[in-house]
Amino acid sequence: MGSSSELLLAADSSLSPLLLQAIVKIVVLIGGLMTAAAYFVLLERRMAAWIQDRRGPNRVGIPLTGIRLFGLGQPLADGVKFIFKEAYTPAHVDRWMYLFAPIAILVAALVVFAVIPVGGMVPAVPGLADGGQPISLVVIPGFDSGLLLVFALSEIAVYGVLLGGWASNNKYSFLGGLRSSAQLIAYELPLGLAILGVVLASGSMNLEQVIARQAQSGLWFVLAQPLGFVVFVIAAFAESARVPFDLPECEQELVGGYHTEYSGIKLLLFLVAEFLHMITASFLIVILFLGGWHFWGITGGPDAEIGWLQSLLRVAVLLGKVFLVILFFMLTRWSWPRFRFDQLMALAWKIMLPLGIANFIVVAALGEVRAWYDPKFADRFWEWGLALPNWVTLVLGWLAVAYSGTLVTDNRPQRTSRGSDSHAEGFS
Amino acid sequence: MRPDDPKIRWVDEPKLGITGRMYLPMFAQGLTTTFKHLKRSLAGDVLTVSYPDQEPRIDAPLIYRGVHRLNRDEQGRVKCVACFLCATACPAHCIDIVGVESPWPDREKYPQSFTIDELRCIYCGMCEEACPVDAIELTSLYNLTGRSREEMIFDKEKLLSVFDATKDTEPMRSAPTEGTNA
Repeated sequence: MGSSSELLLAADSSLSPLLLQAIVKIVVLIGGLMTAAAYFVLLERRMAAWIQDRRGPNRVGIPLTGIRLFGLGQPLADGVKFIFKEAYTPAHVDRWMYLFAPIAILVAALVVFAVIPVGGMVPAVPGLADGGQPISLVVIPGFDSGLLLVFALSEIAVYGVLLGGWASNNKYSFLGGLRSSAQLIAYELPLGLAILGVVLASGSMNLEQVIARQAQSGLWFVLAQPLGFVVFVIAAFAESARVPFDLPECEQELVGGYHTEYSGIKLLLFLVAEFLHMITASFLIVILFLGGWHFWGITGGPDAEIGWLQSLLRVAVLLGKVFLVILFFMLTRWSWPRFRFDQLMALAWKIMLPLGIANFIVVAALGEVRAWYDPKFADRFWEWGLALPNWVTLVLGWLAVAYSGTLVTDNRPQRTSRGSDSHAEGFS
Repeated sequence: MRPDDPKIRWVDEPKLGITGRMYLPMFAQGLTTTFKHLKRSLAGDVLTVSYPDQEPRIDAPLIYRGVHRLNRDEQGRVKCVACFLCATACPAHCIDIVGVESPWPDREKYPQSFTIDELRCIYCGMCEEACPVDAIELTSLYNLTGRSREEMIFDKEKLLSVFDATKDTEPMRSAPTEGTNA
């Protein structure tokens, strides 16, 4: 990092290659993300339609020609509609907070991608790289507290939601904001515990290092720490407020949740930010647990020579995995009913938190065992063999949850034989 | 009502079995349903009608309540006897009839003008029910459009032309009558 900052400062008249490289990455990333979010909205709408035996939006194509292109023009039409709508601000809102909330949530959602790699390395491009150094496909390469940054920024999303609900000065929005903040804060804990296991096993908070570790051993963390994976995926669903955890905006109870009072471009910012949260969650699932750009036999190890074919293959593998995870998010949305709020909280505190702690303890203990018998961390046998106790933990933890039945609640008024004090009995 | 009221019949929730408590088997079951529908839709078997390209199929045109028509009798005259029952029955007050003395011997009155405001009409079909001579009927024409409010006020000629256009596909619901005071 020291040398790169010197190079950035050394630019006297023209842009230094590294600065130019960063700008190019940022432009491509933001452009790609916005396009991806728009087209994922289209994909989600069409998937919803297919699952409900409908066709979905398939009309908008090239304007004035009648060419339909399976509705691929729909995101553009939606965007134009949102942008040209009246920028209406209700009279009863807190003006500045109202304006600030969608901006804050979108900025936080976008900045997270500064540390998320979208592939491995690519070979040097003339004018963009310094002295033939390969280019890392992450905006801030070698950022050692990447995971911390991701966490910090995903917490800022809570501010956006809470501020949006509060500034709207509407009780439904406020309830939505409160629910959302309670939910996001509750699920940060299992999310963090699941990540801790990965950090322990890979020895780094740098997301590139996490991938490199999995590529080196060939043992993805989903295989090494299945319980951590389950906890992380469930918490990630909750963090991105997707079904079955979409209580912040459950329309049957809260009209539209925290963005009830928003319209036009500000609503668009909220919606895009929500989609970006889902994309971030998918990237994290893939990078932390599903091996990132690694796939057995076709992408090579982390120390392999960097060629164009292989780097593009790695990008394709990573983005393909992310796409599949997003498809899973969407399929889940139309397969599962929403949790009640008490169930949501019970799941976070009574199930996910203990499971996360169990996973963390088992991973830490097994790491210690391995350090004892295999101090160089090089033996294949220990690498794969220690995954077995983790699977046992998964099965035992799952069965414990099933048998304890903490989610099975009956909160109807209780039936008692006695007359007068039955009410008190019911709540004792 | 108190919880211990003897009139309350308490129904217990079915106890969840171990598959239900494991949650995942149930989730897999839900996903299976999702995939079943996804597969069906991707094969092209959807319920949506692509309307302007494809006309919807109306299963029972004689029951469907679309645009009105004024039926003609076998001599081509309007069947209406200007009794005002339809206008009286109409909850939207959209029928306006001017009845004059009939030039024909088989009835006392006939409508000199008969207009229906198709924009006020709620297509409830009460006029059809009220009519003693089955002169007014609702057809299965559903795509009623116009460029102005005036255009949507249908007069007698227009309503008779609707009959001419639909009489072959949708026969009159009763046999032709010889008039009311034959």
